[in-house]
Amino acid sequence: MGFKLDAKIPAGELAQKWSNHKAAIRVVSPANKRKLDIIVVGTGLGGASAAASLGELGYNVKVFCIQDSPRRAHSIAAQGGINAAKNYQNDNDSVYRLFYDTIKGGDYRAREANVYRLAEVSNLIIDQCVAQGVPFAREYGGLLANRSFGGAQVSRTFYARGQTGQQLLLGAYAALNKEIAAGSVKSYPRHEMLDLVIEEGEARGIIARNLVTGEIERFGAHAVVLATGGYGNVFFLSTNAMASNGSAAFQCYRKGAGFANPCFTQIHPTCIPKHGDQQSKLTLMSESLRNDGRIWVPKKLEDVQALRTGKKQPSEIAEEDRDYYLERRYPAFGNLVPRDVASRAAKERCDAGFGVNETGLAVFLDFKTAIERLGKEIIKQRYGNLFDMYEEITDVSPYEQPMQIFPAVHYTMGGIWVDYNLMTTIPGLYAIGEANFSDHGANRLGASALMQGLADGYFVLPYTIGDYLSHKIQAPKVKTDTPAFDEAEKGVREKIAKLLSINGKQTVDDLHRRLGSIMWEYVGMARSKASLEKAIAEIQALRKEFWKDVKVVGRADGFNVELEKALRLADFLELGELMARDALLREESCGGHFRIEHQTEEGEAKRDDEHFVYAAVWEYKGPDQEPELTKEPLDFEFVHPAQRNYKD
Amino acid sequence: MKFTLKIWRQKDAASKGAFETYKVENISADTSFLEMLDILNNNLVHEGKEPVAFDHDCREGICGMCSLHIDGQAHGPSQGATTCQIYMRKFEDGATITIEPWRSAAFPVIKDLVVNRSAYDQILQAGGFISVRTNSVPDANAIPIPKADADESMDAAACIGCGACAATCKNGSAMLFVAARVSSLAKLPQGRVEAARRAKAMVAKMDELGFGNCTNTGACQAECPKSISIAHIARLNREFLSAKLED
Amino acid sequence: MSCFLTKSSLGKKLVMSITGAFLVLFILFHMSMNLTAIISPDGYNAICRFLGANWYALAGTAVLALGVLVHFLYALMLTVDNYRARGKQRYAVTVTEPGVSWASKNMLVIGFIVLAGLLLHLFNFWAKMQLVEVLGGHASVVGGHTVAATDGAALIAYTFSKWYYVALYLLWFAALWFHLTHGVWSMFQTVGWANDTWYPRLKCIANVVATLVFLGFAAVVAVYFMKSCCSCCA
Repeated sequence: MGFKLDAKIPAGELAQKWSNHKAAIRVVSPANKRKLDIIVVGTGLGGASAAASLGELGYNVKVFCIQDSPRRAHSIAAQGGINAAKNYQNDNDSVYRLFYDTIKGGDYRAREANVYRLAEVSNLIIDQCVAQGVPFAREYGGLLANRSFGGAQVSRTFYARGQTGQQLLLGAYAALNKEIAAGSVKSYPRHEMLDLVIEEGEARGIIARNLVTGEIERFGAHAVVLATGGYGNVFFLSTNAMASNGSAAFQCYRKGAGFANPCFTQIHPTCIPKHGDQQSKLTLMSESLRNDGRIWVPKKLEDVQALRTGKKQPSEIAEEDRDYYLERRYPAFGNLVPRDVASRAAKERCDAGFGVNETGLAVFLDFKTAIERLGKEIIKQRYGNLFDMYEEITDVSPYEQPMQIFPAVHYTMGGIWVDYNLMTTIPGLYAIGEANFSDHGANRLGASALMQGLADGYFVLPYTIGDYLSHKIQAPKVKTDTPAFDEAEKGVREKIAKLLSINGKQTVDDLHRRLGSIMWEYVGMARSKASLEKAIAEIQALRKEFWKDVKVVGRADGFNVELEKALRLADFLELGELMARDALLREESCGGHFRIEHQTEEGEAKRDDEHFVYAAVWEYKGPDQEPELTKEPLDFEFVHPAQRNYKD
Repeated sequence: MKFTLKIWRQKDAASKGAFETYKVENISADTSFLEMLDILNNNLVHEGKEPVAFDHDCREGICGMCSLHIDGQAHGPSQGATTCQIYMRKFEDGATITIEPWRSAAFPVIKDLVVNRSAYDQILQAGGFISVRTNSVPDANAIPIPKADADESMDAAACIGCGACAATCKNGSAMLFVAARVSSLAKLPQGRVEAARRAKAMVAKMDELGFGNCTNTGACQAECPKSISIAHIARLNREFLSAKLED
Repeated sequence: MSCFLTKSSLGKKLVMSITGAFLVLFILFHMSMNLTAIISPDGYNAICRFLGANWYALAGTAVLALGVLVHFLYALMLTVDNYRARGKQRYAVTVTEPGVSWASKNMLVIGFIVLAGLLLHLFNFWAKMQLVEVLGGHASVVGGHTVAATDGAALIAYTFSKWYYVALYLLWFAALWFHLTHGVWSMFQTVGWANDTWYPRLKCIANVVATLVFLGFAAVVAVYFMKSCCSCCA
C-alpha cells in the first residue's frame, strides 16, 4: 500500500514559492491561539526557537528535553558557524548561490523548494540572532565578520569564536526563557518522550518519562513538534553527545510517520582519531580548521613506518615527501572540499596504508604553512581554543606538530519525512531540524545545520503549523484519559518492565559497542551489497541477543541511566537495520552514501540520476517485519543535477 | 594505570549519602575522566550493582552538563577545563581520587553525583534575555558594535552554566554566573535597552533562590572551566548599583 | 532603597564596601596622627587635646563607632547567609584555588582578631582619654602613675614599654594587614570600579595601603619600645 506522499510544494517560480505559500496558508486568530496546545520535544536550535516563537504567537507550549536544562541540547556543540546569504563580503553571494551550493553539496538529493526557502530565510536568522544579543565575531569597523567553509567559494559563514552553536542556542534559549517567564511556555527538563499518542489518525500527545522520579506521564496537545536531533549514536562512537538518540523519532516512525533516507549519514573529516577500545565518545575538531590547515599523509611508506614507530616526528618529513592529497585531487577547492569528499579521501589514503598513527587510521592536519604565512599570533586568535582542546586531549601541541585527524560519524541527513509545511505523514506531527530529512539531501554542508534548525524553528514552522491548527480552533482540550493514552502508556510500562526483567549478562554499553562496530564496519563510509546484507543479518541477531541477554540494573521508579540507555539502544537496534536496508536499496553513490560498486574510475561517487532521484520513505510494518518503501520523486525544475565537481 | 575512587553515593534527594570506595585498573593515560567512570560503571553493572549516576553529555566541554568535584576542585585538576576534558594522565598512577557532587544549598543532590541546577534556569528566566520577538528585528549590520565590545560580550557569553562557580564559592554565590549573562548583554547596544531591569531582576532572583553573597575571593574565576573573569562581576555590581540608585 | 541595602546581596555588599572605605580612611588618618608621636610627642598631645570631649570629636567618634558596628554586623549577617547558602553537606576535600588569597577566604576570622585588637586598644587608650573626659574627669591612673587624659604620648610610652602589649599590637597590625590586602581592592570591586586591567593595579594599591598602615602603626610601637629599652638600659 505505502504512503500517499504529498510534499505540498507550492507552484510558481522558485523565488516566489515561499511567499506565495505564506500568503495562501491559513492563520489562527490570537483569541484562538490561546486555546491551542502544542508540544515541542527537544530544545536544540530547532526546538528552542520553535517553542519560543510559538509561545510568542500566543499558543500554549509545553517543551521537553532530556537534559537538566534546555540550554544543554547538542546544538550547543556546533563550533564553526552558520551560513547566510547576506553577501556582506561583496563576493557575489546571493540566496540563489547559497541554494545552489546546498543542493549541489547535498548531491542533488534534496527538494529544491525546501532548500530555496532555507537559503531565503537564512538572512533573517542572522538579523534575529544579532537582535537577541548573540556576540558574533566582528571586524574593527563594527560590522559582522565572515569566514569561508567547506563546499563554498564565498565567505558567508557567521561565527562566534569556535562556539557558534553555543551562542545561537543561548540566543534561542533566552527567547525560550522569556516565554517561560511570560507563562506561554512550560518547560519539562529531564523528561524523555517514550511514545507518541495518536487519536483519529492525528497526533494528540506524548507519553514521557520523568527521568528523576521515573514516573510515566501523559501530555496532550493539538500538535506535536519533534525536534529531537539526529541518530548518529547508532554508531556508538560518534561526535554526538552521549545522550543524543533516535528514540523519539523512532517511536513516531513506529506509529506511522515515514522515515526518509535513513542511510544518509555524514562522516565528519576532522575528528580526533580513536585511541583505544574503551573510548565512549569521539571529539570533533571544527571544520573551520580546514580554512588554514593543510591535510596530508607521507608519500613514502617508509616514512609512515617511521611515524608509527616514533622514529620520526611529522615535522621532520620534508615538504617534497608529503602528499597533500586533497590539494592534489581537488585543485579548485583543495582542503575545503565538502565533508563527504574529504572523509572518503582520508579513508582512501588510510586504506592504501598511509595512515599516520599506530592504528593506521589517521591523517595530518598541518598548520605549518599558515603559521609561517600569518604568524602564530593570528593562528592563535583564530583557533586558540581548538588547539588547546586538542593538546589537552592528545598531549600534542598543534603549534609544534600537525594534528592527527580521522573521519567520524557526525550528523544524519536522513530523518522523519516531512512535507513543505514540515508536517510528517501523521497529521499534527511535525519534525524540524536534524530530526527531519528535508534540506540537506545526501550530504550537509558545514555551517548549514545551525541554519536549518533555526530556519525551521523561527521562520517556517510558526507559520505552517497555523495552517493545520486553523482547523482545530473548535477542538476541545486534548484529554489524556482516553484509550489511546492508556494503551500507549501500557506499552511503555511493559517495555520498561521487560527490560528490567531480562537480567542477562551483557551491559547496554557492551551491546551498543557491538552494534556500533557492525554499523561502522558495514554501514560506514564505504558500503557494498555484501557488507549491507551482512549488517542486516548481524543486527537482527544482535537485537535478539539484546532482548535475551541485556542486563539493566536499578528500578523503574527513579533516576536510572542504565534504563534510559537500554530504551534508546532497543530503538537503535531497529534503526541500524533500517539504515542498512535503505543503503542496500540505494544502488548508487551520492553524498555521504558511498557504495563501492558505484564509483568513477578516479574513485569519486557515482550517482545514478536515472533511478535514484527520490527520497526513500520507509513505513513501519510491525516488529521484525520488512518496512515498506514509498518513493518521493525529486523534481529538479530549476537546477540541473550534474556530477559534483570540486576539481576545477 | 589504576586508581582508588572514593565516590559519594546517595540514593535520592531524601536519603543520606556516604562515600564508597571502588578500584579501577588497566586505565590508559589517554582515557578521559568520564570514560574512566564509564568503565567503572560497566564493571558495576556486570557485578549487578547500581552504577554511579553522574551528569554528562557532549563530552566536549561545552554543554555544561558534567559537574564533578574532584579532589577538592570543581571540574578537577585542570584549569579552564570541564570534567569531561580531564584526562587520566593528569593523575598519578595508583592515586586515590575523591569525587563529590556540587555542594550548594541551591543545588540539591538528585542522586549520587547528580544535582539539580534548575536554579540557574530560573535566574535566566528572571531577565537573562533581550525582549525581541521573532522577525521584528533590524538588519544585522544596522548597528555597528565596536569589536572590543563584541569580544568582551563573547568572553562573558562563553559561560556554560555548569554551576562550578557557585559550587566552588565558599559562600555558595552564583555571582559569576549571573554576572556573565548580565555583562554579556550589557556590552551590546541591543542589550542596553533593558540593562537596568535585567540586572535588578536577576540579582533579586539569585538572592531569592538562596545563593550566597560574593566576597570577591575569586575562587569562581579560578575554577570556571571557561575562565570567565570576575571583571564581569564588577560590571554587574556597576549595572546593579546604578540601576538601584535611579530607583 | 533602604530595603535594598538590607535585603539585596549586592546592597549588603555595598554597605560593607562603604563602611570599609570609611574605616580605611580613618585608619590612614589615625596612622598619620600616630606618626606625629615619633617626631614630636608634644605635637601629638596637641592633636589629643583637639580630639577631646568636644562635640565634633564626639560626633566623629560616634560615626566611627557606627561604622565599625555596621561593618561588623553586616559581616556577621553575610556570613550567616553564606553559611546557609553553602548547604548542610560540606565538601570532604577542599583546596585553595590557584590565585585565591588566604585573606579573602578568612575575612571574618581576621576581622575578629582586628576587633579584639580594637577592644584592647580602646581599653588602653580611648578609655583613658576621651572616655575620661566624657565622664568629666581629667586624668586616670595607669601603671601606678596619674596620666592626664590629653597626654596621649605618655600613654603610648607606657603601653609600649610592655613587651606583651608590643606583641599583641603587632599581631593586631598583622591581622589588619591581611584584612586590608583583600578589603581595599575588594571595595572597589563591590562598587564596580574594577576590570581586568585594573585588578593588578588595585591589588597593588591594596598591598601598598596595607603595608603602609602596618609600617606606620608598627613604627610608633617599635620606636617607643626601643625608647623604653634604652631608658631601662640607661
